[in-house]
Amino acid sequence: MKQDVGTMTRADASAATGHVSREEPLQLKPAPSEGPVVLSLTNANLGFGQRTLWHDLTLDVHAGEFLAVLGPNGSGKTSLLKTILGQQQLDAGSISFDGHPVRRGDRRIGYIPQQRIIPQGTPMRARDMIALGVNGHRWGLPISRREDRRQVDELIDAVGARRYATVPVGNLSGGEQQRLRVGQALAGDPRLLLCDEPLLSLDLQHQRGVSELIDRRRREQDSAVIFVTHDVNPVLGMVDRVLYLAGGQFREGTPDEVLRSDVLTDLYGTPVDVIRSGGRIVVVGIPDSETHQHHAETHQHSAESAPHSEPKA
Amino acid sequence: MIVHLASSDLWSQLFNFSNYGELLALVKNSIFAGAVLGIIGGLIGVFVMQRDMAFAVHGISELSFAGASAALLFGVNVVVGSLGGSLLAAILIGLLGSRARDRNSIIAVLMPFGLGLGILFLALYPGRSANKFGLLTGQIVSVDDPQLGWLMAISVIVLIGLLVMWRPLSFDSLDADVAAARGIPVRFISLAFMILLGLAVAVSIQIVGALLVLSLLVTPAAAAMRVSSSPFVVPLLSVVFALVSVVGGILLALGGALPISPYVTTISFLIYLVCRLAGTRKATGGARQRLDRQLALKA
Repeated sequence: MKQDVGTMTRADASAATGHVSREEPLQLKPAPSEGPVVLSLTNANLGFGQRTLWHDLTLDVHAGEFLAVLGPNGSGKTSLLKTILGQQQLDAGSISFDGHPVRRGDRRIGYIPQQRIIPQGTPMRARDMIALGVNGHRWGLPISRREDRRQVDELIDAVGARRYATVPVGNLSGGEQQRLRVGQALAGDPRLLLCDEPLLSLDLQHQRGVSELIDRRRREQDSAVIFVTHDVNPVLGMVDRVLYLAGGQFREGTPDEVLRSDVLTDLYGTPVDVIRSGGRIVVVGIPDSETHQHHAETHQHSAESAPHSEPKA
Repeated sequence: MIVHLASSDLWSQLFNFSNYGELLALVKNSIFAGAVLGIIGGLIGVFVMQRDMAFAVHGISELSFAGASAALLFGVNVVVGSLGGSLLAAILIGLLGSRARDRNSIIAVLMPFGLGLGILFLALYPGRSANKFGLLTGQIVSVDDPQLGWLMAISVIVLIGLLVMWRPLSFDSLDADVAAARGIPVRFISLAFMILLGLAVAVSIQIVGALLVLSLLVTPAAAAMRVSSSPFVVPLLSVVFALVSVVGGILLALGGALPISPYVTTISFLIYLVCRLAGTRKATGGARQRLDRQLALKA
């Protein structure tokens, strides 16, 4: 079922780049690539010390476009998000959002982080958490205005959290908490949604629920989506374009253009196989970085050790 | 060795309400200070719990103790001394320990050092030993007028500071990454919170002593979080619990010859116990709700 959706909309994605779509009727809405540019990177360089994360990165992200950012640990996926959020300066090149250089705390950029369990007993209910997205940046006495409450109600409905709006957040499941984070990010009508592995450690059902929320937002409101993930499969049906980062280089294009054995072999400089099976994509033979070897060694002892050894890039 | 103490003697040592009216007039200042402390302790405790900083509170209070005992030795204002110690500790912890693990090790390093320094200063101090002991375990009564002025001024700063940054601080306590993405100056917020915490600790030490600060800055909030999850009710309850503990403690201790701290800590502990029991029922209710939602989702 899910796999069918995957293949079907990939055809849709290629329609956006000019190919003829067979499964879907022509849409009246213009393809995302024809929409206005929301985010633009020009000849951007970023590195730490001797190591280059990426250089000469030139990229336009259009309104309503779904860009997946893929790549191994430490390839600079998170740093890219930090750069867009204005928390990280480029070494060279430029980056602009909506025609202006990016700045910290732009409320037209929504940010959805990885799922982290909120401890039980946190003095906050679901609607309070969403309210933080609406007025959490405001100083002064914590009195909510009527307009704020109306907006919070809208967001609660938008992410389907009505049923548990007054339940303490610490009592919610990971997937429910993640929906609330989407709600927080949607406050302020973002033109761009930055998602940093938002599906990590969710079960399949919630993976689909959360990714559909994000997808619906960009379809209905034309927000651009930049979606960092280590596994493209849960969102394969939604992706218009892929940015693949590895070893200081990058490849960019539709999933069909980038997720191919020859392209990734060229990018990694070593034989890599991309296997497509039933609408899923599996990449095999990614060269072992230090962390990968570490995984292989410790895997027997503890499958949980992986997250700790991940270098934050 | 058995202490021969008739139970009636013990009782009258614990609770003695003769001449209560006169005594009350004498400790008016303490009660005032205690009430103010209850308010800020209850409020800041909510964030101490959310930010998982109970250990930091303890660490700051030991350095505050060192500062206070230094002040005692050199004959300067004890409040100023403890203020200096706790601000120094709070800023150090705030700057060096942004991550929990770093923070805990820094605190663990600072704490015994501060306690050692404090003991050194007290050992050198030639004055009354009741003063010495008071810094660690709480004063018996007296808060004089200039001292009360200091305590009030500091408390007002903490109160205003907390109210002004309430929402950004809540956001940062819940999820610092998202808060930062939303443009909240998270580094500033963390440091400002540590400074407010330092101030609150310095005030608490004057009343309950360095070793028992947690009973005012953590226990009431922990109790409140057991029975409610509303961001409005929790701080409110926490303040009420802290107020009842301090003021109740002072009132009970008045007649006896004992320090107020055992009264304060006992009341605060009992409140926690009651809330915990009440909260257990609530938690099982929450788990059932969650199960219901899951079942509804599957259906």
